Amino acid sequence: MTLKVVKAVRRTISSACKKNLQVCIVGAGPAGFYAAMHLSKNVQNVNLDIIEKLPVPFGLIRYGVAPDHPEVKNVINQFTKVAKQPNVNFYGNISLGKDIHLRQLREHYDAVLLTYGAEKDRLLGIENEDAQNVISARNFVGWYNGHPSEQNLKIDLSSKTAAILGQGNVALDVARILYTPIDDLRKTDITECALSSLAESKVRELYLVGRRGPLQVAFTIKELREQLNLKNCQTVWRENDFDNIEDTVPHLPRPRKRLTELMLKSFKQGNVLDDCSKYKIFKPIFFRSPKKFLINTDKQVTGVLLACNKLHGDNWVTQKCLATDDTEILNCGLVFRSIGYTSVQADNELSFDNGVVPNDKGCVLDDNSEDKLAKLYVAGWLGTGPVGVILHTMGNAFQVAKVMCDDLKNVKHDKRDGFSAISRIMNSDQIVDWNGWERINKYEIEQGQSKGKPREKICNVNKMIEVAKCNDMLIE
Amino acid sequence: MLHKIKNINIQVQSAMGFEWLCPQGQVASKCKILFIQKMGWFTSMSGRIEPRACEASLACTTCHVYIPHDYLDKLPPSEEKEDDLLDMAPFLKENSRLGCQIVLTKELEGIEIQLPQATRNFYVDGHKPAPH
Ligand SMILES: Cc1cc2nc3c(=O)[nH]c(=O)nc-3n(C[C@H](O)[C@H](O)[C@H](O)COP(=O)(O)OP(=O)(O)OC[C@H]3O[C@@H](n4cnc5c(N)ncnc54)[C@H](O)[C@@H]3O)c2cc1C
Ligand code: FES
Repeated sequence: MTLKVVKAVRRTISSACKKNLQVCIVGAGPAGFYAAMHLSKNVQNVNLDIIEKLPVPFGLIRYGVAPDHPEVKNVINQFTKVAKQPNVNFYGNISLGKDIHLRQLREHYDAVLLTYGAEKDRLLGIENEDAQNVISARNFVGWYNGHPSEQNLKIDLSSKTAAILGQGNVALDVARILYTPIDDLRKTDITECALSSLAESKVRELYLVGRRGPLQVAFTIKELREQLNLKNCQTVWRENDFDNIEDTVPHLPRPRKRLTELMLKSFKQGNVLDDCSKYKIFKPIFFRSPKKFLINTDKQVTGVLLACNKLHGDNWVTQKCLATDDTEILNCGLVFRSIGYTSVQADNELSFDNGVVPNDKGCVLDDNSEDKLAKLYVAGWLGTGPVGVILHTMGNAFQVAKVMCDDLKNVKHDKRDGFSAISRIMNSDQIVDWNGWERINKYEIEQGQSKGKPREKICNVNKMIEVAKCNDMLIE
Repeated sequence: MLHKIKNINIQVQSAMGFEWLCPQGQVASKCKILFIQKMGWFTSMSGRIEPRACEASLACTTCHVYIPHDYLDKLPPSEEKEDDLLDMAPFLKENSRLGCQIVLTKELEGIEIQLPQATRNFYVDGHKPAPH
C-alpha cells in the first residue's frame, strides 16, 4: 500500500518535471518482456505498462515450454528483473478486445506494442477433424502445463495406439510427455490433474507422422536425442524411409547433418525387440499426409486415412511433396494435431491478414490511422508468425523496440495519461499487478514443496485472483 | 576450478543484452578480450563468460560466439549437449561456441571473440559499453 503510494508520488513528481512517455505493451510473453527490457534501457522518462490477459505473466514460457525443461524457463528470472524496475508495471487479467479496446489504448498512450502471440491451433481442414480424441497439440500442452482455458480438455488415453501429426519440436514434446516414466514427471511442475491422467495412459504405440522425408523434419537434435534416450522406449523406423538418405549426408550443412546422422544411427541399430511388452514403441513415419479421420458411430476417432507422398526435385531444401494415389490406413484411437498455430484478431480495429498483423519492421501497416492515435507496433509471434524459438522472438522484439526508441524521440501529440485513464475505463478490481503475481508465485511454490515439485500451478483464474488479492498473512 | 564463486561487481554490459560476470577467486589473472563488433571495444576481465537468458544452462544459444582458430585448441572441446544446441544457433560456423560454456583462463589472454552477424543486428543499438 505505502509502496504503491510512494511509486505513484514518484511518478507524478517526475512527470511534472519532464514529459513522461507512456508505452503500453499487450501480452506478457517473451516478446513483451524483451521489448520492455530494451525500451527501459534505452528510452529516458518512459513508463511501460505490460497488459496481460491472464492474471499471470510469461506466456508460453509458463504454458508452452515442457515441464521437463526447467532450464529453458530460466529466462523468467531476467523478465522478473525487468518487471521490478520502477518504471515498468504489470497489469494482469486484462484482455485486449474484451476488457479494453485498441482504440482506448491508442488514445491514452504514446505508443502501443502488441505482443499477444499466436494462440490458436492451425487446422488440417479435413473430414471429421472435430471427432472425439482428435486433440490439438497446443491444447494438450496447455492442459498439462496448467493453462486455465485448457483444463476441461477431454482426452481419452485408454487407446493402445496414438498418432501425432507433425514433426516439429512441439510434436516431440507431446511424445516425450506421453512416454516419460511417470515418476520422472512427478518431479516437474506438470499439473496433478495431468499426472493422474498420464499415469493411467495405455498408449504403447505412438506414431509421429510427417508429410515429407527425414531430411525435412522440423524438430531439432536435442529434442530427438531426448526422445531416443527415453527409458522403456524403443524407436522403430520404417525400412524404406531412409533410402538414398545416406548418400546425401556428406553434403548437408552441419545441423541437418548431425540430425540426420542421429536418425540414421538409430535406424541402423535396428530394434532388438526381445520382449515387446517391456517397451513403449515410438514410430516416426514419413511421406504421409492425413486425408481424413476415420470415426465410429459415437464420433470417436478410430484411425487416419493417409495419402502417400513422393518428393520431387533433387535439392532437399526445395524438394516438393506431392500426393500419389496410394493411401494407407493408420488405426489409432487418439490423434494429436501438431502442424502449427495462428494468431487471432483480438480487436476489430486491428488490421489482420493471414494469421499475423501485417507490419514493416514491427510498425503495423494500418491505413485508417488517425493522428491522435498512438503509433501501433507488433512483435513476437503475432508479427512474425509462429516460428522460431525464444532466441528468435528475442531478436525480433529487440529490433522492434529499437524502431520504437527512434520514433519515441519524435512524439508529437499532447501528454498522455496512460494507465490512470485505463483504470477509469474498466473495472480495476479485477486487475492483478506484479505484487499479486508474486503472491501467486509464492503460493504455487509452497503448494509444490510437499510434493517435491518446483511448483503446483493454480489452474483456475478465480483462484489466481483470490490468491493475488489475499494479503500475505492470510496465505500463511 | 571456479564453480559457484561469488561474483564480484565487475559487470560489463555487453552489447548483447546480457552481462559478462567476473567471478572472483582462483582464476585471478586478467586476460584481455576483444569483442569484434560494429564499434569494437576492449575490456579485460577474468572468469567465466556468463550470459543471462538461460543462465548458462545450455538452453538458449543467446551466447553464441566465434572463437579464433588459434584459440579453439586451447578450449576444452565442446560436449555433445553444447553441439546439439549450437546446431540451433543462427549463422553457425565451424568455430562457433557457446560463450556461457567457456571458462576464461590465462591461456586465453588476448583472445578476439567475434559475435555472429545476427547477434550484432539483434543487439547493437548504438549503446557503447564503457571501457574498463
Ligand atoms: C508448445 C511450445 C513449446 C515451446 N518450447 C520452446 C522451448 O523449449 N524453447 C524455446 O526456445 N522456445 C520454445 N517455444 C517457442 C517460444 O515459446 C516462442 O518463441 C515465444 O513464446 C513467443 O513469444 P510471444 O511473446 O510472441 O508469444 P507468447 O509467449 O504466446 O505470449 C503472448 C502473451 O499474450 C497474452 N495474450 C493473448 N491474448 C491476449 C489479449 N487479447 N490481451 C492481452 N494479452 C493477451 C498471452 O496470454 C501470453 O501471455 C515453444 C512454443 C510452443 C508453442
Ligand atoms: S546462456 Fe543459454 S546457452 Fe549459453
